[in-house]
Amino acid sequence: MSEKIATRDAYGKALVALGKKDERIVVLDADLAKSTKTIEFAKAYPSRFIDVGIAEQNMVSVAAGLAASGKVPFLSSFAMFATGRAFEQIRNSVAYPEMNVKIAAPHAGISVGEDGATHQANEDIAVMRAIPNMTIVVPADGIETTQAVEALAAMEGPAYLRLGRLAIPQINDEHYRFQLGKGVLLKEGRDVVLFACGLMVGVCLEAAKILEADGINAAVANIHTIKPLDEEMVQVLAKRCGAVVTAEEHSIIGGLGSAVAEVLATEGLGPMGRVGIEDIFGESGAPYALLEKYGLTPQNVAKKARAVIDKKNKK
Amino acid sequence: MTDQQLVKGLQEKTKEVRREIIKMLQEAGSGHPGGSLSAAEIMTVLYFNEMKVRPSEPSWPERDRFVISKGHAAPVLYAVLALAGFFSKEKLATLRKIGSSLQGHPDRKKLTGLDASSGSLGQGISVACGMAKSAKIDGSSHRVYCLLGDGETQEGQVWEAAMFAAHYKLDNLVAILDHNHLQIDGFTTDVMSPEPLDEKWQAFGWQVIKVDGHSIESLLDAFAVAKTVKDKPVLILAETTKGKGVSFMENEASWHGSAPNAEQAAQALKELA
Repeated sequence: MSEKIATRDAYGKALVALGKKDERIVVLDADLAKSTKTIEFAKAYPSRFIDVGIAEQNMVSVAAGLAASGKVPFLSSFAMFATGRAFEQIRNSVAYPEMNVKIAAPHAGISVGEDGATHQANEDIAVMRAIPNMTIVVPADGIETTQAVEALAAMEGPAYLRLGRLAIPQINDEHYRFQLGKGVLLKEGRDVVLFACGLMVGVCLEAAKILEADGINAAVANIHTIKPLDEEMVQVLAKRCGAVVTAEEHSIIGGLGSAVAEVLATEGLGPMGRVGIEDIFGESGAPYALLEKYGLTPQNVAKKARAVIDKKNKK
Repeated sequence: MTDQQLVKGLQEKTKEVRREIIKMLQEAGSGHPGGSLSAAEIMTVLYFNEMKVRPSEPSWPERDRFVISKGHAAPVLYAVLALAGFFSKEKLATLRKIGSSLQGHPDRKKLTGLDASSGSLGQGISVACGMAKSAKIDGSSHRVYCLLGDGETQEGQVWEAAMFAAHYKLDNLVAILDHNHLQIDGFTTDVMSPEPLDEKWQAFGWQVIKVDGHSIESLLDAFAVAKTVKDKPVLILAETTKGKGVSFMENEASWHGSAPNAEQAAQALKELA
């Protein structure tokens, strides 16, 4: 497998490239520039970097004011604080007036690791998804992150880019072309389809190998854009395979699993199973130990897939 | 125009603003008269003298910006915008009605002439900071004005913004604090005292100018002084009376968020004639 990279690192580099091309780009951070990697932009373009101190609510509304003046602000903090502490500012200062603000938040999910539950955002997709006008992207690797940053800068309107702290394997190669709102079918299959986002895309590709050894042919799709969801792809693959598993490093409530379930229920499709954080808080630990303990593993995805296939066969 | 003529003209305009506030609130059947009436002089001076705006060209890039952080005082903003010619006066009668561009709290997507949507307290001052910072980045000379409530300063975000503006030396930002001493539940000093407001803002690094918020002359002077302040944001601490101009509304917390009925409106308009 190729070199591992954290999506936050790719984000930091992508911002610098973007800042060079586009004078309108400004970057805000709340005293976490070294962790969120906005420090790269700060070094390259100090006059367009704004540290607001530990004040996420102010950061979000300041970004709205910058956007109202024609800037394209990217703001960063840990996902917990960007979307949690400043939820209402995102709703009322940014999304309601449809301000062109991009919220790019690393340290999402349980793979934050040792900092523990207070810093592990497993609810951020759920809260962002409920806000009208919000676009949500969860990149699966560094290459996708780089292109997602460009795509979000090119679109007009509020967006949430969910990033991770942990270095993860690259799923895509240099030929990859990210398209906002379009899922990517990474592996064809007919027995079950695995819909995933973020680091769980790589986990699902591994799960598909495990299933293959058992003679189960699993399709794997990268649903990088949670909103607007690629409903067409979800329906087509759910119909073709007749069994669905979603996998995300997020609560099983309100995230990708819920978004897919809403489509399936509306269309009378299924059965489905969800892999994610099981409506509980995390804890301190090494990232991979946590992913293991909380079931975000290829083995658990494969297990869930077998259970869903069993349900399908009993229908 | 001599200063005296200017002052007299603005005083007349303020009366007209107050009458429009009463009329639109009675028509709407709900809304916030108290904090709209207290800010009538402030808003009239801003839109009819202080701010560089073009009603016929609302998105003029060099215009001064305005954010009404105490968004519930939308009626006073709508009144000055209509009287300044941003939209027709007839539209005021649609306040708070379904399909209207005059939302209960200001919506920039629906109404021409607004630089920001606001209403959730504490956020507008941060938005204004973002606008002022943007102007600094660009080297633009336009100024940013923001109307704050005194009860609003109980929101923590106001102080995050206050720190920000001083830290980044936003001397192109003027916040006007409508110090009317009342909030929904009663006197601010009884509910949760924000005092001493002057010392707090000074301590946060702002230049504080105290004025009688119902004196046109004092407001004109304060805005003139504000322009001379360098490297600091300016807070105009405007001493006001909630419900100003309508005897039975003055200093009554109950008029924070209830509209006058036809009889009360007629009485108010008589007083404001």
